[in-house]
Formats: sequence, C-alpha cells, structure tokens
Amino acid sequence: MSTADSSGATSSELLAAVASRELAGANTVFAGIGLPTLAVSLAQLTVAPEVEIVYESGVCGAHPARLPETIADSVLITDSEAVLPMTALFGYVLQGGRIDVGFLGAAQIDRFGNLNSSVIGDWHSPDVRLPGSGGAMEVMANSGEVFVVMRRHDPRSFVAELDFCTSPGPDRALADGIRPRGAGVTRVITELGILARGGVGEELELVAIHPGVTVEQVRARTGWDLRVAEDLTTIPAPTDPELHRLREEVDPHRVYLR
Amino acid sequence: MTDPAAGSKPQRSRPDKTMSMREAIAAHVTDGATVALEGFTHLIPTAAGHEIIRQGRSDLTIARMTADVVTDQLIAGDCVRRLISSFVGNSTAGSLGELRRRIESGELRFEEYSHHGMICRYLAGAQRLPFYPLRSYAGSDIPSVNPDIRKVTSPYPASDGGAEQIYVVPPLNPDVTIVQAQRADRFGNAQIWGLTGIQAEAVYAAQRAIVVVEEIVADEVVRSDPNRTAIPAHAVDAVVECPGGAHPAFVQGYYDRDGEFYREWSRISGDPERLRDWLDEWVRGTEDHHEYLAKLGTQHWDLLAAGEAWSEPVNYGRRL
Repeated sequence: MSTADSSGATSSELLAAVASRELAGANTVFAGIGLPTLAVSLAQLTVAPEVEIVYESGVCGAHPARLPETIADSVLITDSEAVLPMTALFGYVLQGGRIDVGFLGAAQIDRFGNLNSSVIGDWHSPDVRLPGSGGAMEVMANSGEVFVVMRRHDPRSFVAELDFCTSPGPDRALADGIRPRGAGVTRVITELGILARGGVGEELELVAIHPGVTVEQVRARTGWDLRVAEDLTTIPAPTDPELHRLREEVDPHRVYLR
Repeated sequence: MTDPAAGSKPQRSRPDKTMSMREAIAAHVTDGATVALEGFTHLIPTAAGHEIIRQGRSDLTIARMTADVVTDQLIAGDCVRRLISSFVGNSTAGSLGELRRRIESGELRFEEYSHHGMICRYLAGAQRLPFYPLRSYAGSDIPSVNPDIRKVTSPYPASDGGAEQIYVVPPLNPDVTIVQAQRADRFGNAQIWGLTGIQAEAVYAAQRAIVVVEEIVADEVVRSDPNRTAIPAHAVDAVVECPGGAHPAFVQGYYDRDGEFYREWSRISGDPERLRDWLDEWVRGTEDHHEYLAKLGTQHWDLLAAGEAWSEPVNYGRRL
C-alpha cells in the first residue's frame, strides 16, 4: 500500500499506531501475527507498558529475539515465560475470561460486528472456501472486547448481511438464548477511520476519520447505512516517536511494515 | 518373589514398540479409518502422512485442528473422504489448493468446528464422555451446517438462578492418532517441549496411537525428566524414529520451519497438474522419508538448522 497521510506513514504504520493507542488500560491481549502484533508491541513501548500478549499457540510472555512469522514461530517459544497446552489456553485463559482485548480479522463484518471467516457464497457449495474459525469464535465469545483491524475498507468486506456467520457477537448469542460474556467488537480500525460500538444492542458507528478522509467516502465504502457519531473526530496522524519506535524497535527488518 | 526391600528389583519384560514408518502405517492405518493427525504448527506428522499416501490408503476420515499442507497432500493423494477440522488454511502463507477445490466442488465432505470445539471433542473422547460443553457457537451459523453441535439446557441453574443453555460437542474417538514428539524411549514414553498443542488428548482419545520421534533415546534420558513426558507408554502402540519427519513444519530445538516451502505450496497446490507431479516426484517417487530428505538436500536442510538455547536442569531430588 502507498503512503496514506501527510506524516509519511504507510498504511500499515498508520493502522498499527492507531490500534496501539486503543490499548491504553488493557492488561491481557490475545493477538495474531501481523498488524495486531505490531500494535501491541508499540503499545508496550508507549501507552500500555505492562500489557501482555497471549498467542493462540499457547505462548504467554514472549520475548522473541526476532519478529515472529507465525503465531507458533519457534522464536516465540525460546525465552518465553510460559507455553500452555491447547486445553489450558482455550479452556482456562480464554473461556476462563482472562483476556481483556482480543484482536480479530475477517473476510466480512456486519454492523453489529459479527464476523465471517468461513465462506463466500453458500456454505454447502461455496464460491470461495476460507480458513474458518480457528479460535476466532472463542476470542469473540470470551474476550472482554474485540478489536478488528481491516486493511481493506470496502462494501465487499463491510456488508449489510454476512454470507455466513462464523464468529457471532453478543446480539446473535442473545437471540440464540445464551447470555454473552463480552461486549463483542468495540473497535474496527481501517485505512479510512475507526468504527466503534459500546456493546449489546449497539451498531458500529463512525467515530473518527484519518486526515484527508471524508465521511462521504467512508459511507460509500461501507455496505450498510453507516451511522456517524455527533462528535466525530479526526485521528491524529502517527507521531514521529510512534513511527520511530515502529521502524527502529518493533519491526526493524520490515517483516510486517509495508 | 523378590523382597522389594532387598534392593534387587525383578526385571519386567516390556514390549519394545519401535518399528519402521512403513510397518507402523501398514499395521495401524486401514482403509476407511478415522485418523487424527495433530500438532499445532509445531511437530506436524508430515512423514506419516506421506507414508499413508505411498501405501495408497483410501476413504479415510482425517481429523486435524489446523488442516494444512500435509492435509492438502493427503487429499490430493486421494486418501481422504471426510475432513473434520477447525482451520483449513496454509498458515500465513496462502491457501490449500486441493482442499479448496474439493470443498468448493462438493467432492470432500467437511465437518466444520472452531478450535475449542475440536479440543472439547478430543477431551470428551479421551475421557469417554458422551459430550463436552463449551461457551462457543451461540449465534454462530456453524451448528446449522454441523448438526453434531447441539444446544442443551444445563441441569444446574445459572448464576442468576435461571435456566442456562449451552452448546455441546460429541466425543471424537479416532481409530488411530498419529503425533510427533522430540524423543521417546523404546516403550513409547514420548517427551515434548515447546508447543504441546492437543497431542496428549488426541492420543488418549484414540483406539491406537503412533508416535513419530526425532530420536529414540535411552530409558534413562526419559526418566531423568519425567515431567517432560507428554504421552506415557501405556497410551502408545508404535514408536517410529524418523528424523526430519515434520518438514516443512518445525521441531523446537531440532530444526526450524521451512517458510519458503509453505509459500511455494500455495503455487504448487494451485495447479492440479503441478500438484500431481509433485506428489509423484516427492512422495510416491521416494522410498521413504530418508530418501525425501536426501532429495531435499543437506544444503537446504542446513538453512533450517536450530541454534542452541538449553534449559537449566531441575533437581528431582532423591531420598538420602
């Protein structure tokens, strides 16, 4: 992706910096590889020095010598504080309610933050078979709240109706007769801005836009009639210290920063 | 009988379960069987999958949380009729060509779960329970396409005193589970460090288990660190020594992940003809995993070498 704003930040740097600011106050974060890891690593150097990353592979308190390429990279294990078996990670850590913020991505998201990562088209004869849940459903059901980072903000991803709901938010859980534990998706961070919702019964609304982006642009690239917050703000561009830390300390070899 | 207090213990004769990969697959994997292959990115039993292809097994049900390259190879090798999985993707490296084609065309029966759904199936299986409850699936479309995931009412009141509903999954009891470990003794006591995944549960859930290891070690090595034994001998039927058996996956402390191969797999599997040629050349065209590794070459293998980072020994103590 090309330069996204006047600060000279790339799209990846912009998303990582903005996501990192949202982690102030978080203690335990469940993160996948890529932008979420960059965001949490930057937050550790800025707004949330104590924040701990838990990886889906079972690694807690990682001190990797190099930036990991997968959630199960051998560099995450060597020098880490704990490695848990799957039963403990999913049973005690996630289902036990120990995660404050979970990071997820998806192929499709709807206005209530329900996610599809299974199929495009009909499940029984899909146009495209996608990887599926992995642990996404459990992250959604059990984290205090969920942040979604989407590189692409367009009507194919931000849809009025999901082709298939893999990972449901709390509203769908309630409709199924089960009381949800967490708030579901509370932040969606994209190249255009930030959508937010408070919890059960609330829709995602546009709360902030990047410099140079208009509300009309965001609405045109969202597949439903997107609400706009009355106190819409402009997101401060990544600061020089943020960019310096991302480029020099978090990802000096440019594994994920593009 | 010898008096235990006398100090000289009777020697038990225990079965030596070591065998070749060919013998283990021939003895324990039959056409139509349900075969669990586990290992979460780490310790993936790739060499065992290749031997299943070489022996031409068919109509298998494969259970694997993270269906990845070896699953795609088994499907392309016409070994698989049904797949039970919670993630069907090539990690961060792209997609699985044959798996996608056969699910999109309806040729491959797919039972979709989430990771914790699979974990709970193994837990129920290992404990011979009728089902296992979990706080997933509420509001998901997955139960609508997988009727084995069912909602029940808890026999106990919820914290607010009301009735509580919860989803349950059925036990998974594979005919055979195949896992890898770093090392084992000849009886099958298998030691794993690094990511331990779901291997122990998958082994206990199965009727039979094959453990593939980087090295078979002396009994004393295992007994010097019994806490590291993830799978005890009583749950194991065959022990296969197969160095490099996880390639392209990694084995902590032995060799690293072959990231380039994972990326290449998206291109190989994207083209059905190229995929068939690859299987003919690298799997059917090799006698065993030793030959596969030789074909890969020592130069390639050197790139995957793992450096050293030893743990501090612990003192188990002994009675003075």
